[in-house]
Amino acid sequence: MSEHEKDIDTETGVETTGHEWDGIKELNNPLPRWWLWSFYLCIVWGIWYVIAYPAWPMIKGATEGYLGYSTRANVAADITAFNDKNADLRAALAEVDLAELEANEDLNRFAIAGGAAVFRTNCSQCHGSGAAGAKGYPNLLDDDWLWGGTLEEIAYTINHGIRNETDLDARWSQMPAYGEILESDEIDNVVQHVISLSSTEFDAAKAEQGAVIFDEQCSACHGVEGKGERDLGAPNLADAIWLYGGDIETLTDSVKYARFGVMPAWGPRLSVSDVNAVAAYVHQLGGGE
Amino acid sequence: MNTTPPPKLFAAQEPIFPRRVTGFFRTFKWWIMAFTLGIYYLTPWIRWDRGPALPDQAVLIDLAHRRFYFFWIEIWPHEFYFVAGLLIMAGLGLFLFTSALGRVWCGYACPQTVWTDLFILVERWIEGDRNARVRLWKSKWDMKKWRLRLTKWAVWLLIAVATGGAWVFYFTDAPSLLRDLSAGIAHPVAYSTIAVLTATTFLFGGFMREQVCIYMCPWPRIQGAMMDNDTLTVAYREWRGEPRGKKRVEGAGDCIDCMACVNVCPMGIDIREGQQMECITCALCIDACDDVMERIGKPRGLIDYLALSDEPAERAGATPRPIWQHILRPRTIIYTTLWSLIGVGLIFALFIRADIDMTAEAVRNPTYITLSDGAVRNTYNLRLRNKHGEPREFALSITTEAGLVLTLEGRDSNLVVVPADTSSIQRVYVTAPAGDPAATTDVTPLRFWVEDVQNGERAHRDNIFNGKAR
Repeated sequence: MSEHEKDIDTETGVETTGHEWDGIKELNNPLPRWWLWSFYLCIVWGIWYVIAYPAWPMIKGATEGYLGYSTRANVAADITAFNDKNADLRAALAEVDLAELEANEDLNRFAIAGGAAVFRTNCSQCHGSGAAGAKGYPNLLDDDWLWGGTLEEIAYTINHGIRNETDLDARWSQMPAYGEILESDEIDNVVQHVISLSSTEFDAAKAEQGAVIFDEQCSACHGVEGKGERDLGAPNLADAIWLYGGDIETLTDSVKYARFGVMPAWGPRLSVSDVNAVAAYVHQLGGGE
Repeated sequence: MNTTPPPKLFAAQEPIFPRRVTGFFRTFKWWIMAFTLGIYYLTPWIRWDRGPALPDQAVLIDLAHRRFYFFWIEIWPHEFYFVAGLLIMAGLGLFLFTSALGRVWCGYACPQTVWTDLFILVERWIEGDRNARVRLWKSKWDMKKWRLRLTKWAVWLLIAVATGGAWVFYFTDAPSLLRDLSAGIAHPVAYSTIAVLTATTFLFGGFMREQVCIYMCPWPRIQGAMMDNDTLTVAYREWRGEPRGKKRVEGAGDCIDCMACVNVCPMGIDIREGQQMECITCALCIDACDDVMERIGKPRGLIDYLALSDEPAERAGATPRPIWQHILRPRTIIYTTLWSLIGVGLIFALFIRADIDMTAEAVRNPTYITLSDGAVRNTYNLRLRNKHGEPREFALSITTEAGLVLTLEGRDSNLVVVPADTSSIQRVYVTAPAGDPAATTDVTPLRFWVEDVQNGERAHRDNIFNGKAR
C-alpha cells in the first residue's frame, strides 16, 4: 500500500482521492459502506442465479440449473392445466347433439371460441382468415351453401371433405367437361343463358338458344330454373354469388372444363369436439341455417 | 514528510439519535401520522353495500375481475383515464407543494418519514430518549442491551407485518383473506407480498432511515428543479444568530449554541450550515429552537420557514415577510389552476358517464359480402356494457339515411340480455337490400343505438357501412 499526503481541496474543503488528471482532482465524498455491501450481495446473487437457473450456453442447449426452471415446461404445464379445466366441456361438446347445441348457451360459447382457433389453424389457408373465401374457395359468411348450411351439414362436410378419395362418405359432385360434348358456339349460348338467370345484361338471341341446351344438358343437376341442387352439390346459378366468377370468360371455362374443388376430410385429423366447435364457429358467421 | 494512509472511499453510516421535541410542528406531524396511518390500516375494512352480485368492500382493487371499487364509484379497465387523471393531479400537486413549500412532502407525508417517525417513537418508548440511547449504543452487549434491543425489534417487526399485511387487503376481500392468512391457506402471492413489504418496512424504518432519503430516493433530486428563490424552506437566520456562543457578551448573536436543533434532527445535520441536500424540512429544529428562544427570552423564529429571497431584505433590516406572500405567486397559482381544472374535469366525467355503454367494431375482413339476392351486408361486433348490479335487457337499433336493416346473430329480435356487471359481445349484421343506394355507395354513415329497456337510458356509437363501390 502506497502512502501519500493528505490533500484537501481548497474550494470545497473536501479531501481528494489523490487522483489527478491534467490538474483536475477527484473529490472524495465517500459512498455509504452499505452500498458496497449491496454490490457484494449482487455478486453473490449473480453466482447463485447462474447455479440455480439456466445460464451457460452450451453447444446444444444450456445448463439446466438446479431449480430445473424451464419456460417450455411452464407453458406445457399451463396447457395441461387449461385442458384439464376444460375437459368436461370438451367431453360434452364431443357428445352433444348438434341440433341442441345452440340451446346450451355455455357450451355454445365455448364451442364458438374454440372453433375460431381451430378455424384459424386449419381452415383459414383456403377460406381466408375472415372466412370470406377466394376464387374457388367458398365464402362462408354468405347465405349460399353448396351442400347445406345447417350445423349438421357443415359438420358432415368438415368430417368427410369434398371430392376426397380417401373417404367413401365424402361429398362428391360431378360435372362433365362440356368442351368435349358441345360445340363452342353452343357453349357460348349456354353461357349467355346462365348470365340471363341473374343479370339483365346478356345477348337475348344467344340466351334463347342456350336455354334449350341448358334444359337438355344442365337442368338435371342445376334445375330447370338453374337454382341448383344441394343433394348433388350443384351450385345455384340464378343468385348473385359466383364461386369462380360470373363473367363470360370464366363461365365459358367453367362449362368447357368443369370445376373440381376439393376439401380434405378433417374427421381423421381433428377430434370430434374440435369438428363440432369449428362447425359451430362457421355456423354463426352469418350464413348459418 | 508527513504521510497518511490513502483516504477511505466508503463511509460507515453515522448513527443518529433524534431527541424528543414538542411544539407546533411536532404536534402537527403527530396528527398527520395518525391520519395517514389510520387511512392506510383501516380503509380495507370499510364495508359498502353494492348488492349481492358485487363485493361489499368500500375500496377494492379487484385485479382478477378487472374492477376498481371506490365507495360509490366503480371503474372499469376502459375508464383507466380516471386513474391517469388522478396521477396527473398527484404529480401537479407535488409540483405545487414543492414550489411553494419545498420538500414538504418529504418532511410530513412521505411514508418513509411517517414510518420512520413511528419507529423512532417505539425506539424512544423502549430504550429512552437521546442520551439513554447514546449510552446504550456505546455499552457492551449485556443482558439489558439484548433485552431492550430484542423488544424494540419485536415491536418493529409487528408494525412491519401489519404494514405488509394491510397492503394485500386492498386487493381482495379483507375479512376472508385475514381468515385464510391465519389458517395458512391463503395464496402464496399474499404471503410473499407480505414478506417482502414486512422486510422493507422493517429495514427502511428501523435501520436505513435517512439513508433512503439521501441515497436511494430519486424524488429529492428532482425537487431542486421545482424550487426557486421564493420557495419556503427551513433555514437559520444567521444574520440574527451569529456570532453564536454560550457566553452572553456584547454583540453576541441570539444563538447560544445549545445544539438543540442538531439533537432533534432525524437526518443528523446542522441546519445552521444552510440549505443542505439531506434536509427534509421536517421543521423539528424550528420547534426545538423556538422552545429555547422562549426560555432565554428572545423572539421565536431564529430557525424558521424562510425563502432565499428573504435573506438580503432581512439583512438590510426589513421585517420578515408574511408566509402568504411566499405562497401566492404566479407559479403556484398556475399549478393550482391546472390542478383544479383536471379535478373538475374528472368530476364532470364521473357524473356524465352512463351506466350502460357500447362500442362498435366493424369487422373489416372482408369489408362487405354479397348475399344471394344481391343484397350487401356488413358485420359489426358490438360490445355491450352493463354496469348495473342486475341483468339488463338492451334494445339495439340503427339510425341511417339509407334503407339499412339491422339483424342480430343468433337472435330473432333486436333484444340482448347482458348479465350483471359485465360486458358481452354481440355480432350484428347491417344489410343494404339489392337496389338500395347504400349497396353501391362506397361509404354510408350510420349510428348504432343501445337502449336500456328498463329505464330508457340510451347510448350511441357512429360507424360506417361499406357498399360495393363501382
